Amino acid sequence: MDIHEYQAKKILSDFGIRIPRGGIAYSPENAEFKAREIGGSKWFVKAQIHSGARGKAGGIILCKNELEVAQATDKLLGKKLVTNQTGPEGKIVNRVYIEEVTNIKKELYLGLVFDRASESIMVVASTAGGMSVEEISKEKPETIIRSKIEVAVGMQEFQAREIAYGLGIDFNLISRMAEVIVGCYRAFRELDATMVEINPLVVSKGDHIFALDCKMSFDNNALFRRSGVSELRDKSQENESELYAADRGLNYVGLQGNIGNIINGAGLAMASMDMIKLAGGEPANFLDVGGGATPEKIVKAFKLISSDKKVKVILVNIFAGINRCDWVAEGIVLALQKIKIDMPLVIRLAGTNVEEGNKILKESGINYIAATTLEDAANKAVEAIKKLEIN
Amino acid sequence: MSILIDKDTKIIVQGFTGKIGSFHASEMIKYGTNVVGGVTPGKGGQTHLGLPVFNTVKEAVNQTEATTSILFVPPAFAADSAMEAADAGIKVCVAITDGIPSHDMIKVKRYMRRYSKKDKMTLIGPNCAGVISPGKSMLGIMPGHIYLEGGVGIVGRSGTLGYEAAQQLKNLGVGISTSVGIGGDPINGSSFKDILEKFESDNNTKVILMIGEIGGPQEVEAGKFAKENMTKPVIAYIAGLTAPKGRVMGHAGAIVSAYGESAVEKVELLKECGVKISKNPSVMGETVKEILEGSK
Repeated sequence: MDIHEYQAKKILSDFGIRIPRGGIAYSPENAEFKAREIGGSKWFVKAQIHSGARGKAGGIILCKNELEVAQATDKLLGKKLVTNQTGPEGKIVNRVYIEEVTNIKKELYLGLVFDRASESIMVVASTAGGMSVEEISKEKPETIIRSKIEVAVGMQEFQAREIAYGLGIDFNLISRMAEVIVGCYRAFRELDATMVEINPLVVSKGDHIFALDCKMSFDNNALFRRSGVSELRDKSQENESELYAADRGLNYVGLQGNIGNIINGAGLAMASMDMIKLAGGEPANFLDVGGGATPEKIVKAFKLISSDKKVKVILVNIFAGINRCDWVAEGIVLALQKIKIDMPLVIRLAGTNVEEGNKILKESGINYIAATTLEDAANKAVEAIKKLEIN
Repeated sequence: MSILIDKDTKIIVQGFTGKIGSFHASEMIKYGTNVVGGVTPGKGGQTHLGLPVFNTVKEAVNQTEATTSILFVPPAFAADSAMEAADAGIKVCVAITDGIPSHDMIKVKRYMRRYSKKDKMTLIGPNCAGVISPGKSMLGIMPGHIYLEGGVGIVGRSGTLGYEAAQQLKNLGVGISTSVGIGGDPINGSSFKDILEKFESDNNTKVILMIGEIGGPQEVEAGKFAKENMTKPVIAYIAGLTAPKGRVMGHAGAIVSAYGESAVEKVELLKECGVKISKNPSVMGETVKEILEGSK
């Protein structure tokens, strides 16, 4: 789960990391008031969406008086911001964060992630703050400092100190920087985070260390024990179809193609998408209805896929194990009685009782194209698309 | 021979009396698996499916001499149960549970470091379909009848894609020594390499089919291991050619976040290691059969 910048800042400040003065606003009047409250003569108005690279997309506006703050807020609220991370549909701005402008002496990068190879937590830091970590590793890899933290004993002071020295800051700031790094580590561990990133982490002209922008992500599997985190969820930032799917126990990722997929199991779903691609088609989605492929889930899956306007052909591929094909076939027939599908439908069943399953489909009178193997199913779906394109 | 489990392996079920545990325990027993009892804290002393229930794994091990366990415990308590199994002297534990927090899995892995290699429990999963040695023992949730007995070792992350492979092989008349699901989570008990190592020293296994997917370094690590340490051919298929970068594809671990983690990159790196690639998921069976016949 992702959260907003202002929420991550609040969390990190609870772990001893200094942040510039700021406040959240939901209207221009509100924003103007916040700017006055914060004081000073320059503010940033920052769109709060679940994405980085907001600056380049016009989501961060520098203002020199309270009126400008109100105008910037008015401009941003309700707008769909498209960044290189949001996809073409963008993300809606429902709140802005008003923040005092910090005079920057030095911009740094600090990130913490799981390292899957060593199964520990990796701290990544760089003196090239302000660039994305991908850009840093491409353009300035020599500036990157990596430190593996053994989670059984936690981060040691010397490790934090080593990173701090590596960042080339003034000696009088070393212990303060080490505290920032330890604070991030504690937040990561204590809140079941999967990512903490401060970019840029800055040294101000007044020699203070500030988190100027930050991001945090959390392990969905651990939200049950992190009520403080899970209540920060903002559904307006999630893709509508994906949200619909997740709330119904389906695993869905929208893609750009036109062949809709209904498959059981994540691996088989990826494999079926691969087959579509190899057959010359493009999948419209990844959809895993779960290993069991219960009739209820299949009904929900048909609802979801048929509501996607991009979808021109639907491919169903179910490998029935303990749930037999005859039972799955009954589920499909039931779903098609409830939901009208007026596009070509390719169905491939495999596994236990496949003959009985196919018999049920055939005798039900539903209009579909039967397929035998994964390859056959993908080819038939692509053929169906081509036929539509010709007509 | 087979790996991890055999006809005589004594097995207990953790989370025995729950709905899911009961269902799959009965399926396992029907298959011929030597299930000797189960554990559900608070229900010790009862009999379930005609077998004794214990409060603790230690008690179950003392009474039944079980060496192996399968875990159907809910995600919030699963890590604790896995550590309990390790402490009680269980040698192989299969964790079926989906949804265990990553920080908990890291804790389990650290906890197990206290044991010497000889005494350390082999943890398989979590979020997996389990292990089956066809014709001998089934320690999982797979449909047992699609697996023929034979000489192919299968190791994969996904359940249904593993079934697909087993079915393709069955249709070609090719059997399996053991099939292992290592699960779709980012932090798991056994890696592809750990299982390849076991297949390499198993007399019955002639070739190995590795079914990987996007995300993480394990497939490539296994490829390097195969190149340096294995005599048996390894065939691989990597799912997720069309998966967009940075998105989780169903399995918590199926996310491309670094170089070498996409399907295309993994295939290239595996080829460099001499691993044969099944060009698509529909020909996993055929590819294995060709190599199996060539290796005779």
